Amino acid sequence: MSLHTINYSPINTGRWFVWTGFIALLILAPMLFSSGGSLSLLSLMGTIMIFALSYNMLLGQSGMLSFGHAVYSGLGAFFAIHAINLSASNSFFIPLSLVPLVGGIAGLTFGILFGYVTTKRSGTTFSMISLGIVELVFACSLMFPGFFGGEGGVSGNRVFGKALMGVSFGPQIQVYYLIAAWLLISTVAMFAISHTPLGRIANAVRDNPERAEFIGYDTQRVRYLMLILSGFFAGIAGGLSAINFEIVSAENVSAARSGAVLLFTFIGGIGFFFGPLLGAIIGVLLTVMLSEITKAWLLYLGLFFILMVMYAPGGLASIIMMNFRLMANRLFMPLLPSMLKVSSAGLLVFLSMVMFIEMTYHLSLESAQGTTIQLFGAQIDTAQPSGWLIAAVAFIVGVVVFLRSRTSFMDAWDEANAEIERRIAGSGR
Amino acid sequence: MEFTVISLLNGLSYGLLLFMLSSGLTLIFSMMGVLNFAHASFYMIGAYLGFAISKSVGFWPALVLAPLMVGLAGAAVERIGLRAVHKHGHVSELLFTFGLSYVMVELVQLIWGRAAVPYPIPPELDGPLFTLYALAFPVYRAFMMLVALLMLVAIWLLLTRTRIGLVIQAALTHPETVEALGHNVPRMFMLVFGGGCALAGLAGVIGGNAFVTEPAMAATVGSIIFVVVVVGGMGSLAGALLASILIGMIQTFAVALDWSLLSGLAKVGFSVSPEFPVYRLLSITLAEVAPILPYMLLVLMLIFRPKGLLGTRES
Amino acid sequence: MSVPALELREVRKQFGSVEIIRGVNLAVNKGERLAIIGPNGAGKSTLFNLISGRFGVSSGEISLNGQAIQRLAPYEINRIGLSRSFQITNIFHRLSVFENLRCAVLWSLGYRYSFWHKLSALKDARSQAEHVMESIGLSWRRDTPAGLLTYAEQRALEIGITVAGGAEVILLDEPTAGMSRSESDAAVNLISKVTKDKTLLMVEHDMSVVFGLADRIAVVVYGEVIACDTPAAIRENAKVQEAYLGSHAPDQEVL
Repeated sequence: MSLHTINYSPINTGRWFVWTGFIALLILAPMLFSSGGSLSLLSLMGTIMIFALSYNMLLGQSGMLSFGHAVYSGLGAFFAIHAINLSASNSFFIPLSLVPLVGGIAGLTFGILFGYVTTKRSGTTFSMISLGIVELVFACSLMFPGFFGGEGGVSGNRVFGKALMGVSFGPQIQVYYLIAAWLLISTVAMFAISHTPLGRIANAVRDNPERAEFIGYDTQRVRYLMLILSGFFAGIAGGLSAINFEIVSAENVSAARSGAVLLFTFIGGIGFFFGPLLGAIIGVLLTVMLSEITKAWLLYLGLFFILMVMYAPGGLASIIMMNFRLMANRLFMPLLPSMLKVSSAGLLVFLSMVMFIEMTYHLSLESAQGTTIQLFGAQIDTAQPSGWLIAAVAFIVGVVVFLRSRTSFMDAWDEANAEIERRIAGSGR
Repeated sequence: MEFTVISLLNGLSYGLLLFMLSSGLTLIFSMMGVLNFAHASFYMIGAYLGFAISKSVGFWPALVLAPLMVGLAGAAVERIGLRAVHKHGHVSELLFTFGLSYVMVELVQLIWGRAAVPYPIPPELDGPLFTLYALAFPVYRAFMMLVALLMLVAIWLLLTRTRIGLVIQAALTHPETVEALGHNVPRMFMLVFGGGCALAGLAGVIGGNAFVTEPAMAATVGSIIFVVVVVGGMGSLAGALLASILIGMIQTFAVALDWSLLSGLAKVGFSVSPEFPVYRLLSITLAEVAPILPYMLLVLMLIFRPKGLLGTRES
Repeated sequence: MSVPALELREVRKQFGSVEIIRGVNLAVNKGERLAIIGPNGAGKSTLFNLISGRFGVSSGEISLNGQAIQRLAPYEINRIGLSRSFQITNIFHRLSVFENLRCAVLWSLGYRYSFWHKLSALKDARSQAEHVMESIGLSWRRDTPAGLLTYAEQRALEIGITVAGGAEVILLDEPTAGMSRSESDAAVNLISKVTKDKTLLMVEHDMSVVFGLADRIAVVVYGEVIACDTPAAIRENAKVQEAYLGSHAPDQEVL
């Protein structure tokens, strides 16, 4: 009996390890990736990580699917950039390091304002309303150029006032560390909130809103509070974005940006706290780097997302954790051969589809530049049938092998997981 | 006076087009619990297919073929993709259609490019139906209304006079019971999803040339039909009709009116200088505000009547 | 005799044009155990839904310790001191057994919507949840996600969630539904234990459970209470025998 009320020190050591590792990563990352481009990428990732974590407070923790979360980060960004401009012109001073707080407070305030209306309904209706609100704010942003800067947006200069101890926040590396600091603070705060009564009740509301009412909780109030808190952190992310890019435009409050954070968070995994962090990193890599390699990047992203929804709704985080669990139970190695077989078949299908897509994109959108494209290091003439033939053959072979090896892999996978469940159930008694 | 009449008719035709879209969305949502985020994308596909078929064969065949093709595409999507996601719940279904909307826009751009395509109104339907003083009411708008009304009647007949229609009506309010009664629910789902998409496709065929046919058309109309469905009341076709016409009217009238609080004040003898703090707010014309009016209506609805106009079911 | 713990006066409920509850009068005394029995479709679950605030009454009054509750929301009624279980298990399937129970005690301990208290530091919440977990016999399943429990375990958790908050009036909706004989017996012991000194209102079909637990039995037929008396009296009541047992399946006659 007392075996299960033991204090949790083993897990705490693990937890300290993870957090220290996180801090170390934040500090060391720019030393590992020190080029200018990398620094910008890391800075961008940092802001999106906060944004995605705030989004998951709604989706993963409270079961609220919002299509308009950029409202809070975008409005936070606008207030932040105005704060920067006001500080620079000495009408009102706030040190740059505290500007994200301005964004946060703006996000909080609009969370209170819009949240009152949006959380009146739950479920799918809430999702639709959230889209309506973001479109509303986006349209408004074009109507009030005084505050929103019209088509060109509002720009500012983050270097103002006296540099404190040589830190002016001009160089990107300094901005990175500012973002990293706020990322750490926000992550700790959001993690802490998920372990409070409100956080846990939000989970309960996610799992069974009706039952939550019957244990004394007004579910609407719970969702409203989570939205307000989420808006606060989204605003911080927006403020950091304003600092990072020194320009904020209507795009910051768009449905497109809201859709992006949904994509990233889901791909990362909504069921684990670190999922959004992973999703932000992968998402930024995909959007920034993939878009430089191919014109079809949004198509790939969309297809990747759909495949995740269909086959891995827990996201990359769940795939990683499930494999870790298999390894911890020493059930991973036996699965490896069939896993590799299925994966390589899948890879073949994927590569052949990439060939198809790239060749088609080239024919359709870039035919003016001739018919040959560079693919996987080789030159392929899209006007000739040879390239298409190779892709077709690879596709067919891949699909056949995939379908054949898939059933046996799924059976082995299910059996391994069932074994783990048996062990958990058995160990209790 | 003539402005009012013409605007009324224009508003009605736009509203009916919105209804064509939102009715399919409502049917799919009510029956399957799936919010088809890609619904406006099927509208877009309908427009593009209408354009392509018009170019090669003609508008009238396009009017029949394009919705059919879109309906088949919808049924295929349901069978191959959505069905695998049913077991993960409504949120996953919604996310599936969300991802689908991205993919569909990309595919359209892949095939037809990123610029708007010149999808013309057929010459036999071009021109004014009648003119009131200087303002003309186009034949094509009347045609759109006719198609929408015919579709409305057809849906009504289908739902009330046929067996499948009765089953669908029952499923609109009690989907689990219908399943328990032994109807082939997966097949019905495929039919309803395909049918809803076909409706969207039809709307695309007739709307694409009246308005613009471009990759962004899905996004522009997509959020409006969500507003329609929420304002009308989730699960209510009559509510969707009411809300569609209401929003169609509001947008059509607002876009053409230059009224602003400023001009209103001027009429009663007040003039405001540009230095006055909320000058910008006062000087905004109704025409400028037109894009956000549907969303303002949404907000007001939520504050005063969260159920919607004729809402029956809690989502 | 003080104010009844729960009282229904001329309660009526209409769905569209169909009147399901047609004038129910009932008074449950403090500390009493009342079982509600009746044929299927008589309106027993509807009564529960009306009392707990899931549905609103069409007319009539429901009062909890003298306070009118017929217009209140479910969470308000729960906060005043009434808690109910569900016939179809209604638990938080992704949370562990312990977390399920801890959620159920948070409001009653006054933590409300706090996002500044560290959950693991709340000793009172933890000990109360553990106490309930112990009494429903699920301590060994403490960290199992509720969705992975067996059916009987989930039913036990369902009861646990219902009583964890310390409500004075407990409503149990067919707590032994779908259970085997031995599971039902265990459930009866459990219910007896956790509702000691509380007022219990219970809908049940299983006669042995009813006769084992109830101080009084109310028989509901077609939305009306046709009899409300001690188990012995109900057994002899002709109206009950005709209305209820006449339409009852033969294997249930454990009278």
